[in-house]
Amino acid sequence: MPLINKDILETIKMIERDNLDIRTTTMGISLLDCVSHDPKVTAQKIYDKITKKAYNLVRTAEQIGKEFGIPVINKRVAVTPISLIGGACDKDDYIEIAAALDRAAAELGIDFIGGYSALVHKGFTNNDIAFLDSIPQALAETEKVCSCVNVGSTKAGINMDAVKMLGYIIKETAYLTRDSESLGCAKFVVFANAVEDNPFMAGAFHGVGEPEAVINVGVSGPGVVKSALEKVKDRSIDEVAETIKKTAFKITRAGMLVGNEMSKRINIPFGIMDLSLAPTPKVGDSVAEILEIMGLEKCGTHGTTAALALLNDAVKKGGIMACSHVGGLSGAFIPVSEDAAMIDAVICGALTFDKLEAMTSVCSVGLDMIAVSGDVPESTISAIIADEAAIGVINNKTTAVRIIPAYGKKIGDVVNFGGLLGKAPVMAISEYSSEEFIMRGGRIPAPVHSFKN
Amino acid sequence: MKAVITVIGKDRTGIIYNVSKILYHHNVNIEDLNQTIMQDNFTMLMLVNCSKMDCTFEELKAALRAAGESIGMSIRIQREDIFDAMHKI
Repeated sequence: MPLINKDILETIKMIERDNLDIRTTTMGISLLDCVSHDPKVTAQKIYDKITKKAYNLVRTAEQIGKEFGIPVINKRVAVTPISLIGGACDKDDYIEIAAALDRAAAELGIDFIGGYSALVHKGFTNNDIAFLDSIPQALAETEKVCSCVNVGSTKAGINMDAVKMLGYIIKETAYLTRDSESLGCAKFVVFANAVEDNPFMAGAFHGVGEPEAVINVGVSGPGVVKSALEKVKDRSIDEVAETIKKTAFKITRAGMLVGNEMSKRINIPFGIMDLSLAPTPKVGDSVAEILEIMGLEKCGTHGTTAALALLNDAVKKGGIMACSHVGGLSGAFIPVSEDAAMIDAVICGALTFDKLEAMTSVCSVGLDMIAVSGDVPESTISAIIADEAAIGVINNKTTAVRIIPAYGKKIGDVVNFGGLLGKAPVMAISEYSSEEFIMRGGRIPAPVHSFKN
Repeated sequence: MKAVITVIGKDRTGIIYNVSKILYHHNVNIEDLNQTIMQDNFTMLMLVNCSKMDCTFEELKAALRAAGESIGMSIRIQREDIFDAMHKI
């Protein structure tokens, strides 16, 4: 290879100055063979299988990161939705399984373990109810366990009984984890059209259509995109889209290389690359800053939805060109607490809850890491979930809600989670009731797929 | 395995000596080398072949980093594949 200074130095700058990293390498593990009539046996089998399959995940990821000179930030495991594995369990048994997952995560030295999950988009099985009941306690009593519930899909509609229950579950989780800023809610996501191969937390789980085990990789790099866009200031939007696409291509290639190398060394097939611009609270590692560099004075002003739509689409196009197996949630995340410029935009009043909801119709996921007042009624939380699920179900995209009704906090307060989860200003939402609508329960029918307008 | 060594910092005497000494010591062969001044910084790029290296990649990386610190330069080593992957279709 002839040494091409420009390319080599560009890569080094992306990593060192613009925070390009492999955000997560997530091993998906099927737990279907851990099913047993005895919940204690199930819990033990789960612990044994996870610790055996992923024993060298952390060490290998770190080693590869050093060789390529690109940091691998998080190492994680996602498992088959636990509601399925514990089909013979009651609530207490599920808690025991959550504890086993947490022990396995601690033993492996991973950041999080996802898959304490249920798929109830069309209805509940008898023990889905017991499982959902267990979520607040499971999140309160474990450190690394993440949970998600899928309540809607474009093919099935929206399970409004589940939506109703989840308002209570989120509030209860906030209460049980009140001593840590209601942190439990940051480990819980409600999805519509959940994907089976998402490597990002808190919504990662190993879908039933997935193989025995798989390595999925999530790359990030909002700083790299921002830095590239600084060079096309005052140019047309076409050049903005082109620049984002080319940058996304390069970022995805770095992730694919790491994914393939991981797969080879631990002898588990490579699944997908998820190219998601996932911000961190660090200045310069922000999706909102990308939108602002496109020419918006503050994220949240008019034009933000259009800028985000362009960004999300161009990221996907670049990623898909770079790797044959792009999956997960690929696009741009907009988690408020994890994005320094987004926090600023909320504090100065430029970014409101309603604008965020509009943005979720074109971003890669949904309402993410948003703190609201601790006294918000359960039915309002449910109604927020219903709105978001409707956007996903009607538009055939994944949407999600990760909301923190922070116990004891009021509008104007700031909820501080620390680390990658950042801090969230408590946001104002409508004070009018949605109670009667939510109390109806039932199921919103699946939408028609023709007559689109 | 091939790797790229990047040396960046203020120009001074003994840069090549200090890097190549470590490479020689660990039986790593230099296949290509160029140096330039970019934005007031001395930048040297080396393509090396590590197939007969007598230590681990991590040990070589640590030795180069330590050498860099002792001469006030930043010295990195990365597998060549990452540059190929990111910059070639």
